[in-house]
Amino acid sequence: MLDTLTLYLQFPFVRYALIVGVLISLCSSLLGVTLVLKRYSYIGDGLSHVAFGVLTIATILKMASTMVLVLPVTIFFAILLLRKGQNSKINGDAAIAVLSVGALAFGYLMMNLFPSSANISGDVCTTLFGSTSILTLTPADVWVCGIMAIVVIIIFILFYNRIFAVTFDENFANAVGTKVNFYNLLIATVIATIIVLAMNLVGSLLISALVIFPALSAMSILKSFKSVTIFSAISSMICAFAGILISILAGTPVGSTIVAADLALFVVCYIIGRIRG
Amino acid sequence: MAILTAKDLAVGYEGQPVLEGINFEINAGDYFCIVGENGSGKSTTMKTLLGLQSPISGDIIFGDGLAKNEIGYLPQQSIVQKDFPASVYEIVLSGCQNNLGKRFFYNKEDKAMALANIERMGITHLKDRCYRELSGGQQQRVLLARALCATKRLLLLDEPVAGLDPQVTNEMYSLIKDLNNEGLTIIMISHDITAVLDYATHVFHVTANGAEYMDINSYVNSDLGKMYIRKEEQ
Repeated sequence: MLDTLTLYLQFPFVRYALIVGVLISLCSSLLGVTLVLKRYSYIGDGLSHVAFGVLTIATILKMASTMVLVLPVTIFFAILLLRKGQNSKINGDAAIAVLSVGALAFGYLMMNLFPSSANISGDVCTTLFGSTSILTLTPADVWVCGIMAIVVIIIFILFYNRIFAVTFDENFANAVGTKVNFYNLLIATVIATIIVLAMNLVGSLLISALVIFPALSAMSILKSFKSVTIFSAISSMICAFAGILISILAGTPVGSTIVAADLALFVVCYIIGRIRG
Repeated sequence: MAILTAKDLAVGYEGQPVLEGINFEINAGDYFCIVGENGSGKSTTMKTLLGLQSPISGDIIFGDGLAKNEIGYLPQQSIVQKDFPASVYEIVLSGCQNNLGKRFFYNKEDKAMALANIERMGITHLKDRCYRELSGGQQQRVLLARALCATKRLLLLDEPVAGLDPQVTNEMYSLIKDLNNEGLTIIMISHDITAVLDYATHVFHVTANGAEYMDINSYVNSDLGKMYIRKEEQ
């Protein structure tokens, strides 16, 4: 088994996949805690479907770099969803559902009306489950991902105290003069960026898992915000690393294997949490 | 000089006033209670004073050198907080966020202030405990300690004893009274007429037909006050 592993690790694309996978898991888990606590667990799902829908348009338009269109539009919808409209007629939960289903249907419709290749179901499967894209990363992708990850981590560390304040009690933060809207905007922008990046890794369907599972695992056994954040970041990286290795050895799809690893860890943490009371 | 004055204030949502003709003056050291029926605009008034929503018309004037972000606020608990994984210390420290200014991290003074306020609320032994595991009364003390980190002068409390049992309620009231004796001005929404009669120096009574502002002695002798007290004591 070790021999197979060393053999595979000699291929650059395997190393790229490992680096990108671990970085993206780290980023998504950092904001996962905030999103889960703010009752926005499903935002990852909604936004990734938006990204999927926009991606089909970008493909149809034969845009050289799909990112140019996908990223801004996804950020726009992230801001729309996270901006807490106190008097809005559709509540956050329903808004995410509408957007998620709508964008998915729209994307699939576009793919069928303007097929870019003969194998539509193959294309859809790749975009949704990210089955192969992580193994076709170029060095440029790895750099982009690395820089984004560093930016996200720096933003998160610098604004950690304010993110905590805004997550725990928006009204209090507002009352004492913290610019709550700005920080919600920041969180929305960062999460949208991460989701667009993470589509490469696990595909749009499984992004929610990367956002939710590490946070939930940590929350079931730990008791302070700092420890929850650190644990979810580390556990998410370990699961991504293990998931990719297992998928290489066992020949399973990368995205779902990572999510399976996250799920397994969550079950363990949940049981430990229950036993300890 | 008044530290907070409301002048012909109207509060509400989306341009629709819930309550109009709000006039009062709060002086340093006052214990100011807002009472009245549910849905009459008490919380809306408090949110407007806090700047969480803008007034429909009229003015809120801060005086005596009180800055707008020097207000401590004890909100009603939200569902988000019920299962929030945070230690008592982390939450109290977040009360120092208005001191941050351009800084990213809390400094030694902030941390010392958080610890001092934890001690002041008598919850030092709970410092590292998780907020969601505490009892209702303990949680209120945590949030009160946080509010004290944000202010040295003016504390706004939105039904601070909601859901607490009678003994804890009394402890909470005497804590608030102690703070008032130490010089903090208190603005409190309350349903509890006995507490109002025991502690308040001024009453702002909100009804469907408008609002009245009186000191406690005139309130007790007024028709409105007599009626309300009788009704609540039954």
